[in-house]
Amino acid sequence: MRESRIYTPEAIEDESLPGLPGANDDPLKPWDKTTVVGARVPRIDGQDRVGGTAVYTRDISLPGMLHGVIVRSPHAHAMVKRIDVTAARAMPGVHAIVTTESPEAKIPWTLTARGAMSQLFDPHCRYEGEEVAAVAAETLPQAADAARAIVVEYETLPAIVDYAAAAKPDAPKVHAAGNLPSPPRTTQRGNVDAAFATAAAVVERTYHTSCELHTPLETHGSVAQWDSGDLKVWDSTQGVYAVRAGLAQALKLPISSVRVASPYMGGGFGSKLELGKYTVIAAVLARLTGRAVKCVLTREESLRCVGNRPANTITVKVAAGKDGRLLAIDADLVGASGAYPTGAVSGYLMLDLYTCPNVRVRESSVLINAGQARAFRAPGYPQAAWALEQAIDELAAKLGIDPVELRLKNVPTVSQSRNGLPYSSTGLADCLRKGAESFDWSASRTRAASKSHIKRGVGVAAGMWGYGGEPRATVIAKLYPDGSLNINSGAADIGTGTKTVFAQVAAEELGIAVDRVHIEHADTGTTQYAPGSGGSQTVLVNTPAVRSAVAAVKQSVLALAAAELKKDVNTLSVRDGAIVIAGETRTVPFAALRSLAQAQQVVGVGQRAPHPTDKVALPFAAHFAEVEVNTRTGEVRVVRYVAAQDSGRVMNPLTFENQVLGGVTMGIGFALTEQRIMDGPTGKLASGSWHDYKIPTAMDFPFAFTWVSVDPQDKDCNSTGAKGLGEPATIPAAAAIANAVHDAIGRRMTDAPITPAAVVSALATTGRR
Amino acid sequence: MTDRKKDPRDQQPVSRRGFLTTVSTSAAAAAVVGVAAPAAAAPAPRDDTGTVAIVLRVNGRRHRLLVEPRDRLISVLRERLGLTGAKPGCERGECGACTVLLDGVTRYSCMTLAVEAQEREITTIEGLAQGEEVSALQQAFIAEDGYQCGFCTPGQVMAAEGLLRTNTSPTVDAVRAAMSGNLCRCGAYGHIVKSVQQAAAARKTGGAK
Ligand code: FES
Ligand code: FES
Repeated sequence: MRESRIYTPEAIEDESLPGLPGANDDPLKPWDKTTVVGARVPRIDGQDRVGGTAVYTRDISLPGMLHGVIVRSPHAHAMVKRIDVTAARAMPGVHAIVTTESPEAKIPWTLTARGAMSQLFDPHCRYEGEEVAAVAAETLPQAADAARAIVVEYETLPAIVDYAAAAKPDAPKVHAAGNLPSPPRTTQRGNVDAAFATAAAVVERTYHTSCELHTPLETHGSVAQWDSGDLKVWDSTQGVYAVRAGLAQALKLPISSVRVASPYMGGGFGSKLELGKYTVIAAVLARLTGRAVKCVLTREESLRCVGNRPANTITVKVAAGKDGRLLAIDADLVGASGAYPTGAVSGYLMLDLYTCPNVRVRESSVLINAGQARAFRAPGYPQAAWALEQAIDELAAKLGIDPVELRLKNVPTVSQSRNGLPYSSTGLADCLRKGAESFDWSASRTRAASKSHIKRGVGVAAGMWGYGGEPRATVIAKLYPDGSLNINSGAADIGTGTKTVFAQVAAEELGIAVDRVHIEHADTGTTQYAPGSGGSQTVLVNTPAVRSAVAAVKQSVLALAAAELKKDVNTLSVRDGAIVIAGETRTVPFAALRSLAQAQQVVGVGQRAPHPTDKVALPFAAHFAEVEVNTRTGEVRVVRYVAAQDSGRVMNPLTFENQVLGGVTMGIGFALTEQRIMDGPTGKLASGSWHDYKIPTAMDFPFAFTWVSVDPQDKDCNSTGAKGLGEPATIPAAAAIANAVHDAIGRRMTDAPITPAAVVSALATTGRR
Repeated sequence: MTDRKKDPRDQQPVSRRGFLTTVSTSAAAAAVVGVAAPAAAAPAPRDDTGTVAIVLRVNGRRHRLLVEPRDRLISVLRERLGLTGAKPGCERGECGACTVLLDGVTRYSCMTLAVEAQEREITTIEGLAQGEEVSALQQAFIAEDGYQCGFCTPGQVMAAEGLLRTNTSPTVDAVRAAMSGNLCRCGAYGHIVKSVQQAAAARKTGGAK
């Protein structure tokens, strides 16, 4: 309900927080060598994932549970005049109905610095799909039938979904105060205008990217149950703690009375980092009926109401000297927030991807009558990369410098937008070099042009991710008398393999097998604080806390063993689930320690140490794509791909590779097919299904795919050496494809996605087939 | 050996979006899709609440059920029989998360009426494992990390099972084509295809499983 802070400029301030009280400020030294961490360990929960036995929120069924269905505005902009529930109330199985006229409707919603902008059920509907009522009934079909029987009379208002038009003063107003909730934000350094005057080469263009929808396979949804005034919620969420905080605030409950769990969850990509209305509605209906209520969105609802990657219009002007050093970047970024304010653009790449003394970035976000944008895998970054990395490509051509070379000349070693602090490590140059080598870049560039109507082309793009993660996370580790270990962390495993990586870290530190570790996770009632699993922070924020908790356990068990075996503790160490005594061949298994059996458990608490204050730890990437463009049909196919990633230590090559595959696949969708289409006059969604909103399938992924890890052996970022991966794996992908298309057909495709129609018309206007 | 040019989808007698074709009463349509006319065509006993008594054969067990004619197979499996392995990703024939086998052929269970599935052998993801022991195909998905969030996975596994029952050594392209009706938003396709190929090899050496 609050705009998600994870991706706002304030989030960067979060990074410099001191960490939790009692945080271990003497962090563990990085491992010298590892055996379990870094190994291809299959997921510890794989059996449940392949067996259909993993229980997702969608699968939960409780005794007496009712089903909730939400009634939504069919209009993009309207005022509810009257709601009649008489017929619906009399229908079979119906237990409760709430509408804009119920007291619960007033729960404040979308809180901003200036207070609430709306409420749970708001008679003023600002987009197609905004909530106006909800029903709880015994079965889902009954609830759906009753929802359809509710009669709502609307007065329709003029709507606007085109964000360029919405920014004009005479546009229909989404909110009374207008469609520009805050003035554009300008960030600058140096003297941009003066630098352009002296440059050897300047390029300038305007780029457009389309609005993308997250479409996780599991739609958003919750199950709510009350027990003696306490609320328990199962939610398909990336962040149980954020949902708990939001629920406590919305329902005016003490935080201690709200418990949120996210067992298995079917994907989020940023759209499930915050509290959703459906969760509050489930809780309200459950309170009214005294029964558990499940409220899960349909696919159609989820396409309208739970976030998107906003469309951007980016004008970028870049200048360089003859030697290829960047002199100036001037960027203007405009994006569509939807019906409520949220940051819709990010100019971070313009500020920090390359060394450049003169930069000016202007960022603005416009309100339109559409669902509110949410964080979407590297919010703002793929859009910015689409523009900046195509501009760099164009600049390279103008200067006659190879695009890889041009980038290498401008690799930064310090973070220019964070007071010039040095990076703990920067593998950007290595990503470019090793990626180019693996791709056989030089040879691929000079291959003779094909005479057929299928043209091949290659492209490169670089990227980085500018969020270093919250410094706060707590983990509890418990060692049991049989030598098995329980790790307790609030982090959700959103499909990245978090639980498996935690188990590897624990196993490494305590010298036990991975299958001796059990992970208890993502339940605010039983597990410890962790930030939301998003922003590429899960591994780098939580694994140091896992390690620290297990190190504490190790210390305690060694102390127990020293006393029991009458040895100096400094002569003892752990290996293969046993105590090793220096100078002796015998080992003592944990399970054989009488003192451990008597203690029943040894508990260690781990806190994450704060981020280093003198360094900035961020991940980098360089991607290389080869495409085939059919100049007759305009179809583009990605046929070969190399992704080089500097994400610090590779904790598990199997899950690491999978993240990279996923990031590249999303980039292919961004570049070639994904596009939310709204009907201008009505403001309604026209691409309201997966048939009309096309995401990549198994046919679209290039099987000539290689990933290259550039591990700079970062000793300073944190005690496990990992930087983020999820976002940097997708940031440069679409831009690399666009550059490859340019190489193939000699046309600069400024608009994403590059549809067959756009390719054909680009070719038609200026020749070369 | 497999014919490289043949689209594996051609080898499947029932279309996955079976609803559209099998609700047709035309004998020609039934002949085109290569199955007997659906049993739903025969009058089923109806009670006064509008429900119909049917028998579903799921993973080798028979279940007598009263269903509404509009009830889809996916909701009967999940809500009545507690078999939540088949996942509702869209409930309108777009994603494949709900894929099951009907007489050994992949089928979207969201696009299949429960009454249509009478007298067919229905296999769900829960029917692939023997107790705690997962099949060679499922084992391959674990070994190759053929998933991320796992929500599409039961559908992917069932689509792969359907493929491997008709084509024991599919090429990469045949696997891609056969799996193209199953969306994976996490984008694990690279690993999914590897899993299916590894499983095909394992089934050869270990015998069909
Ligand atoms: S749920 Fe059946 S195809 Fe999506
Ligand atoms: S594993 Fe998440 S959708 Fe396929």
